[in-house]
Amino acid sequence: MAEEMRIVLRNYGKIDPLKIDDYIALGGYDSLNKARSMSNPDLISEVKASNLRGRGGAGFNCGMKWNFAYQAQADQKYVICNADEGEPGTYKDRLIMENDPHTLLEGMAICAYAIGATKGYIYCRGEYPSVAKTLKLAIAQAKEKGVLGDFSIEVRLGAGAYVCGEETALIESIEGKRGEPRIKPPFPPVIGLWGKPTIVNNVETFANIPVIVEKGSAWYAAIGTPSYPGTKVVTLTGDVANKTFFEVPTSTTIREVIFQFGGGIAAGKEFKAVQIGGTSGAFIPASQLDTQIGFDAMTAIGAALGSGAVFVLDESRDLIDVTARIAKFFAHESCGKCAPCREGTMRVHDLMDKINGGKGVSADIALLNKLGRVMSYSCLCGLGQAAPSPVLSTIEHFSADYNAKLM
Amino acid sequence: MDYQEILAKYADMPGGMIEAFHAIQEELSYLPEEAIIEAAQVFGKPVAQAYGVATFYSMFSVKPRGKNVIRICESAPCHVAGAAEVVAALEKELGISMDSSTADGRFALEFTECVGQCQGTPVITINGKPYVDVSPAKISGILAEYK
Repeated sequence: MAEEMRIVLRNYGKIDPLKIDDYIALGGYDSLNKARSMSNPDLISEVKASNLRGRGGAGFNCGMKWNFAYQAQADQKYVICNADEGEPGTYKDRLIMENDPHTLLEGMAICAYAIGATKGYIYCRGEYPSVAKTLKLAIAQAKEKGVLGDFSIEVRLGAGAYVCGEETALIESIEGKRGEPRIKPPFPPVIGLWGKPTIVNNVETFANIPVIVEKGSAWYAAIGTPSYPGTKVVTLTGDVANKTFFEVPTSTTIREVIFQFGGGIAAGKEFKAVQIGGTSGAFIPASQLDTQIGFDAMTAIGAALGSGAVFVLDESRDLIDVTARIAKFFAHESCGKCAPCREGTMRVHDLMDKINGGKGVSADIALLNKLGRVMSYSCLCGLGQAAPSPVLSTIEHFSADYNAKLM
Repeated sequence: MDYQEILAKYADMPGGMIEAFHAIQEELSYLPEEAIIEAAQVFGKPVAQAYGVATFYSMFSVKPRGKNVIRICESAPCHVAGAAEVVAALEKELGISMDSSTADGRFALEFTECVGQCQGTPVITINGKPYVDVSPAKISGILAEYK
């Protein structure tokens, strides 16, 4: 039986998040001191060897990313925390920041030392004004204690744009512009904020860092599934008995997440589908419930771990209605910079509304399939590339639901 | 504080236009045209760019709106939890439809996407403060806090 394991939420409920002394009393900022006693390459190697991969959805090796920024020559480098948690059904980063803000600051400070940066930003979504207050207080306390040394951190507030979760759009937004993604390469570790080498990591990624430095890469690499080790905070929504959160090793299966931790389907109904990774994730049928939630296992079934949101639907739900609603989300959130996404999300929404309204024909489904595939490889950023996956996966696994609504 | 003072406060912050816009909205609930023009000047950008920023982000409004901004999440988890009934109840209680404001200027009603309080769907926020597990029956009690 799978068990919860708290790494990034290790201090949840154990400390007063508004008191730095509580954090320090539990060993807080010891890892930063330890990191500073190591050479930069040794520290980066240690993070790399832990095989920690980004928790924001892309799953890139964290130490490898840091190494790019470390090797880049520049008079200034930046560390950015992506706290623009906008993936529907996700609130893991809020849990970390609300309950243990210093673990984030410590993780960022370790990164700053590793790559040679003195300035950091936390880009916190505009929907979390109280979290921004907590972070500002924590930063002030850390400054007063002198624990951050010459590293300073500023909090910037987003203003309600989902696309700003994409790292280059986020950078544009910190620069005070419209949050439109940049063309990559160059990637931010080479040319990022104000043209300088920049590391952008997710809140949950940074929160892992102090523990990896404390306990070592070998300890961390042995947790969960080897190709994507560690834990993942998952947040359960929809028709599940316990709409709650927990942190589990990445070897946990979807079935365990829903039926063991989530207490199964609410109101004694049957399972129909689950969407993992947020609203851009694929819908997964019952036949794939024994898949592990780790990054590569999910990719292998054409799904994604993404942010770790788990959205469960019971047998009574109209999957086409939900998918049409999701299509509206992407049509609204597309930034409009690239044509495949701007036009594609709008057309997908039109077609889904048509089918949902009982006016669709089978040619519409074929068109959705084709359009979705084109978007998945031609859109500029992850938003447009992932936008069709709820549609494509429901067509693949739940075609009967579509057929039942056709004219 | 008027918008000129606010903009002056943020003038030296690199990329500070978005922060300044937040601060202006806290006072005025929206971004007046004159404030956007002045922001362009303060931050050394073309007016088109400042207007582009003001209209890109869903939390900014370039039209006057009610003082207390009510936002209803319509993302998938709230959608299946009954957001549509909450919308109907709010429209009925305030006597306005979505994307409009009450005649007395007290409330504005808007849609939003996920606000990250998904442990208690459906969710609404008022001036950024979340209310979870909202049902039509709870609406008048919640609104009473702002009257």
